[in-house]
Amino acid sequence: MKARAFSYFRAGTIEEALDTHARAGDDARFIAGGQSLVPALALRLQAPRLLIDINHIDDLRGVRCEGEWLRIGALTRHCEMLTEPLITEFAPLLRAAAPFVAHPAIRNRGTLGGSVALADPASEFPAMMLALDAEIEIAGASGRRRVRADDFFVDLFETAVGPGELVTAIFVPLFRSNQRVCFDELARRRGDYALVGCGMLATCKDGVIEAIRMAFFSVGNVPTRARTAEAVLSGVRIDAERIATAQAALDGDLAPPESDEVPPAMRLHLARVLLGRMLGRLGEAA
Amino acid sequence: MSSDIDEAEEAVRVRFIVNGSKVTCAVAPRDTLVDCLRNSLELTGTHAGCEMGACGACLVQLDGRAVHACLMFAVQADGARVDTIEGLSESGAIADLQAEFHRRNALQCGFCTPGMLINAHELLARVAEPSREAIRDALSGNFCRCTGYEAIIDAIAAVAEARVDRAAQEREAASR
Repeated sequence: MKARAFSYFRAGTIEEALDTHARAGDDARFIAGGQSLVPALALRLQAPRLLIDINHIDDLRGVRCEGEWLRIGALTRHCEMLTEPLITEFAPLLRAAAPFVAHPAIRNRGTLGGSVALADPASEFPAMMLALDAEIEIAGASGRRRVRADDFFVDLFETAVGPGELVTAIFVPLFRSNQRVCFDELARRRGDYALVGCGMLATCKDGVIEAIRMAFFSVGNVPTRARTAEAVLSGVRIDAERIATAQAALDGDLAPPESDEVPPAMRLHLARVLLGRMLGRLGEAA
Repeated sequence: MSSDIDEAEEAVRVRFIVNGSKVTCAVAPRDTLVDCLRNSLELTGTHAGCEMGACGACLVQLDGRAVHACLMFAVQADGARVDTIEGLSESGAIADLQAEFHRRNALQCGFCTPGMLINAHELLARVAEPSREAIRDALSGNFCRCTGYEAIIDAIAAVAEARVDRAAQEREAASR
């Protein structure tokens, strides 16, 4: 349960971090909060020869409005999702999801950028990127680019972030007064990875859902939008019949993998139960 | 940089403020903070349990926030303020929590207790009077294998109530 020996470098700027990684090649890893990386190192699932600590890079910090977007620095800790007023006001879905992310001490150290970059299919924030139609800013040798969440999650722990590249910020479209959010998950124990979880963002008018984005996690290799169910709910008022139709539509949207503990049929059932509860709440709020 | 990689086992000099005192020690980059505290600084109140962030026995305060000392490397704490169970005990900051844990036999075998106390200390610093549900939620990352949870929650709830009462009395006394 000890990491293999490595060298440590504390980067002061994004450029320094990228340059150092480029010179070290494949044998380097960035470390932010480390709440997933350190266990992986201890179990020697990973054994880089160099760790580049990005915790002291000021450019990766801070939350601010930029035009129509809320820019959340990659180093923003999970606990800040609970207390940062700009997040409560402009990204309330992240505020709603944060209490479900692990435990308080993990939230004190874990970062949003790290969670999104790792892309654990069972964790909350990657899926919330999909629900929010967020954009992920990535810095690399050729400069910075922004990738839509819909294009970011490629496969199991695989994202649009290339070798030696760094997630620098998350851009979330500013929450509007005609929008509603809902988050929930089913887990065996508070703070544990969810058996199934979901976040949704709906744009409403006079009690009618004009548009809705729903992202599920813990149901496959990547966080997954329920696109058929989204279509079922667009342009309608939520009622029991619509909820039942949306629940049935999940069969086509989600394909949980085989697992010894939770058979796919059970996970799909739990997803339908969760969706029913959440749409009930959303219907009242719309 | 390549020379650094070739010298991966080389010790690094780390300086931090542990329990209010400036401390310097030499660590290998792969040494976790909990190993450094226990082995180099002989502060064995911080316990190494699961060593992967699941059990909470290794909680310390880093710059005032509870963190798992097993989920960061000592070299990362360079320049930081670390407060361990020893420091919090000696300062008296958690004396009431310790007394109440003791009174209610909430510590049982005691292995998980330092982490429980650090967690409770942070919770009560942020929420004056948490509900039992909130206490349970906050403790969800701390394992007690002796199943001392009810007594632990009782103790934290009792301390919260006592602190709120005392604060109210002090305000009343000050206003007279």
